[in-house]
Amino acid sequence: MNKAYDKSTRIVCKALDVKISELDDWNCCGASAYMSIDELKSHLLSARNLALAEKEKKDLVVVCPACLTTLNKTNHYMGENPRLKRTIGSALRAANLQYFGTVKVRHLLEVIVNDVGENEIKARVKRSLSGLKVAPYYGCQLTRPFGEIDDKEFPMLLDRLLTWLGVEPVNFPMKAKCCGGMLAMTSEKVGLNLARGLIQNALDNGAEMISTICPLCHMTLEAYQGNVNKLFGTKYNIPILYFTQLIGLAFGFSRKALGINEELIPSQPVLEKYLEVVR
Amino acid sequence: MAEKIGVYVCHCGTNIGKTVDCKAVADYAKGLPDVVVARDYQYTCSDPGQEMIKKDIRELSLTRVVVASCSPLMHEGTFRRAVGNAGLNPFLFQMANIREQCSWITEDRHLATERAKAIVGAAVMRVAYNEPIEVKKVPVDPNVLIVGGGITGIEAALQLADAGKHVYLVEKEPTIGGYMARFDKTFPTLDCAACILTPKMVFVGQHENIDLLSYSEVIGFQGYVGNFTATVRRKPRYVDEEKCNGCGTCETKCPLSVPSEFECGMGKRKAIYRPFPQAVPSTPVIDREHCLYFTKGVCKVCQKFCPSGAIDFDQKEKVVDLKVGTAILATGFDLFDPSRIKEYGYKRLPNVITSLEFERLTHASGPTGGKILLKNGKAPESVAIVHCVGSRDRNYNEYCSRVCCMYSLKTAHLVHEKTEAKVYEFYIDMRAFGKGYEEFYKRLLEEDVTFIRGRVAEVTDVAQEQSEKGKLVVVAEDTLLGIVRRIPVDMVVLSLGLEPRKDAVQVAHTFSISRSKDGFFLEKHPKLAPVSTAADGVYIAGSCQGPKDIPDSVAQGAAAAANALSLIDRKEVELEPTVALIDEESCSGCKICVGLCPYNAITFDSTKNVAEITVALCKGCGVCVASCPSGAIEQQNFTNRQLLAEVEAICA
Amino acid sequence: MALAHPDRQAHSLGEVFLQDIYRIPGGEKIKECIQCGTCSASCPTSYAMDYTPREVIAALRAGMLDRVLKSNTIWLCASCYSCTVRCPSGIKLTDVMYELKRLAIEFGLTPKRAAAPVLSKLFVNIVDKYGRISETELVSKFYLKTNPFAMLNMIPRATKLFLRGRLPMIPHKIRGTSELKKCAGSMSEPMIAGLRPGLGAKKAS
Repeated sequence: MNKAYDKSTRIVCKALDVKISELDDWNCCGASAYMSIDELKSHLLSARNLALAEKEKKDLVVVCPACLTTLNKTNHYMGENPRLKRTIGSALRAANLQYFGTVKVRHLLEVIVNDVGENEIKARVKRSLSGLKVAPYYGCQLTRPFGEIDDKEFPMLLDRLLTWLGVEPVNFPMKAKCCGGMLAMTSEKVGLNLARGLIQNALDNGAEMISTICPLCHMTLEAYQGNVNKLFGTKYNIPILYFTQLIGLAFGFSRKALGINEELIPSQPVLEKYLEVVR
Repeated sequence: MAEKIGVYVCHCGTNIGKTVDCKAVADYAKGLPDVVVARDYQYTCSDPGQEMIKKDIRELSLTRVVVASCSPLMHEGTFRRAVGNAGLNPFLFQMANIREQCSWITEDRHLATERAKAIVGAAVMRVAYNEPIEVKKVPVDPNVLIVGGGITGIEAALQLADAGKHVYLVEKEPTIGGYMARFDKTFPTLDCAACILTPKMVFVGQHENIDLLSYSEVIGFQGYVGNFTATVRRKPRYVDEEKCNGCGTCETKCPLSVPSEFECGMGKRKAIYRPFPQAVPSTPVIDREHCLYFTKGVCKVCQKFCPSGAIDFDQKEKVVDLKVGTAILATGFDLFDPSRIKEYGYKRLPNVITSLEFERLTHASGPTGGKILLKNGKAPESVAIVHCVGSRDRNYNEYCSRVCCMYSLKTAHLVHEKTEAKVYEFYIDMRAFGKGYEEFYKRLLEEDVTFIRGRVAEVTDVAQEQSEKGKLVVVAEDTLLGIVRRIPVDMVVLSLGLEPRKDAVQVAHTFSISRSKDGFFLEKHPKLAPVSTAADGVYIAGSCQGPKDIPDSVAQGAAAAANALSLIDRKEVELEPTVALIDEESCSGCKICVGLCPYNAITFDSTKNVAEITVALCKGCGVCVASCPSGAIEQQNFTNRQLLAEVEAICA
Repeated sequence: MALAHPDRQAHSLGEVFLQDIYRIPGGEKIKECIQCGTCSASCPTSYAMDYTPREVIAALRAGMLDRVLKSNTIWLCASCYSCTVRCPSGIKLTDVMYELKRLAIEFGLTPKRAAAPVLSKLFVNIVDKYGRISETELVSKFYLKTNPFAMLNMIPRATKLFLRGRLPMIPHKIRGTSELKKCAGSMSEPMIAGLRPGLGAKKAS
């Protein structure tokens, strides 16, 4: 379900000269599901990824905040709890792996905004999206619990990035509230109620599109938008695009290359209003 | 010449006598070198006990005395005085602790007696090396420096001035009065703050014994107890205090208005201004950063219209040195900055205000003339008061700020009195500890305030239903019901916690005092010495020592004044006798000791290339003694010879 | 899931819970809860919970944790961490919720027909099998187990997703699955006097 995210990420990183390479033989981080079943094995999954990244002598960049939080949690807790460190360390050794705690785990949004920066991004904007009103949606796990990369309640990284692309980020007070995530499947009414609140708030503030930085948020807001409408009698039809897709659009890449033709809620009607070739 | 040592082994009733065979210890002592008399006695600290020692000193010409009894903390002073009265230098006396360090730690009689013998033996061997130390006395300068002119400083100043002492009251702002001058009413009596404060301010301004240095700051503080020199920077007001008669014409004529700090930015003041009408001194000050003359070289209207020719644009900053014997720090507090708690919406959402901003709104001479109004000029129909903003929170300040529960109740009362608004108060606990406080809480319960026990999680403008549209929604769990409630209101008042002032670090450094973990000034003892500090002669009072209300601040102001008076009326103060001394010949000039001294008592003389100890500042802590790699520093009454003698005796 | 280790069953649920909680850095802060309710009010799903997050800690103190585990509370936690970042006592409440989920499964105290534990267990099985998740397998197995009729309703959406290439049919299996099994097998938690090891250490000693 994330091919669009994958495609747009690769294209954009190439355009921005951010050298990414897929971590060899990475395993699933387990996210919240694994942590709900077995704490130590959950840490082990993260630790393996960290150890592999350390072996390749690279920082670990993720595009999913759940991975960010899960990997970071292991990274931090192992550093703070010697007993945990020993336990996981002894387990890793069975695979001839070791982790020395040197890897930094980062989200691509933060890498692009902080490492690449305003000037480099503005310089590559070929298409003007000016006037497009986008609700920048961060979700819950980008800045919580650690709050290392942005404000825990009202982050601004994506807002800033959007203005550099010429897009207008709307005021979105629920920008860092939970979308419900997996609850959409396990407790539909409660989970989708959260999604409904988000979409309504975005629309109330004049958004024509919501941009996300998390594949689960994307699925909940987009793939389940129909369910929200059915459950609550609403008539939402707001397109959801990944932030990398928006960057790609602004940089002049084709909709197909960015996976924009794969969505369930077409963004074309909205984009059409604003897309202009600048250069 | 051989010494003549007298040894007295105390039974202390059964405290020692039950476990230690005191007679045996005394007999043992008699056999020690240079011991001419050894007695055991029931209560040596009693008058007859002391008389017995004094008699022996006189009749047997004793040159050293050892008392084996309780901890030196208990009776070292008693026995030193007794010995001194009998004509022997008090430092030729040594105390041996055979109670706290012997009879009270074991029930084994044999063990205790043997241990007591060892302790007494050590004391006997040591005392031979004791030197007669003369306690230095220094005169105490009767002038007092008080830093901070809030209610605490004012109270201390008036107490001292009325006692006939001369006080320098240094205040940073152009006027005294502190935070209290900005309050409307005070809990629990609902006294008008200005009405009870301003008379005191006037007394201070007129008192012949008080030198008020307003718009000034202490930039240096040197010396030792009884003999300090305070360096004060007097900032230029650009108005001559002598010539100004406080008519206020300049303020009226000044063409430039800027946001007023006194009004929390909600009202305006002129570029030449007095913070509030009852300011003391009533001399205005020119705000150099905005004044048209200083920024653009034009205007000077104030000078044109001043009837006494008091405006002086060329006035310069003055630095003065004040000689004082004691100092009282009453520098006050700062309020927590609520924009740090983003989820409360301060500065992001309109009509979320702080408790102090509320005071200014409800104040009769505030920006709205005492009317509680929203930003759109209308009266609120509902107000929420949020407790514990920035207090009791590991993410900001862990401590409780003590006054907020009470002032929140006061706020609720004022809203109830002045508007028809429904009042909601969100609290975790209701702390109503003082006189009349619980009764005040009851009063508010009767005034129909809705109390919800739950800490506010967020204030939001995102409406979930029709009744919330256009309102501020306060979200908190009603913990007594176990239900999360969303209360839509028009105005939210954040009850801010108190914090140490931003410059507390510098002030503490200037006066060589410490701060506690929360950043407030550190008292000598939290229970028994709340207004003294480790720096003799420097006292702290009021909220600079910790959050507190006006009654407690006044009490501490008076307490600090009493402490200062006690020192001054003694006329002389004894310096710590067991100080460290540097042998200049052995000092290699490595400077290790200089940075280690917690009392800044050691300086370095670069011409002689040796370290020097200001004896008056030395507290005898021994850190420098231990640190010196050349062994050039020795502590009086704790010399190596004395200590080694003890060790040898114990090991023997 | 295997039954709780007999050592753990000898203690009360609350005791076992507390011992596990101390493995998390800062876990002992749970003792400092002042029952202020910030967590409940910050929680986006607490309105639907049988016990609010604050009541969970109150239940722990009252020795009534089993009631909480049998309720819907913990499975409504979406791990948004709002409670954790706002708690004035610094309690990592989200981690507490995870621990309660683990305990509920370990001691068989999940509410009847709760879907969330099923989803989590399926997730773990798939990750153990392939080293990565297969959304298609996860979703289809989940609905088969919990609500087969719902699957019929999902066919239109599933088709749409499939046609857009968003429904990967073949799961990707990593090389390191056996490696991970070996690591998990040799994981042993150092015993500390009085403290019981977590589930993972069952195989040791």
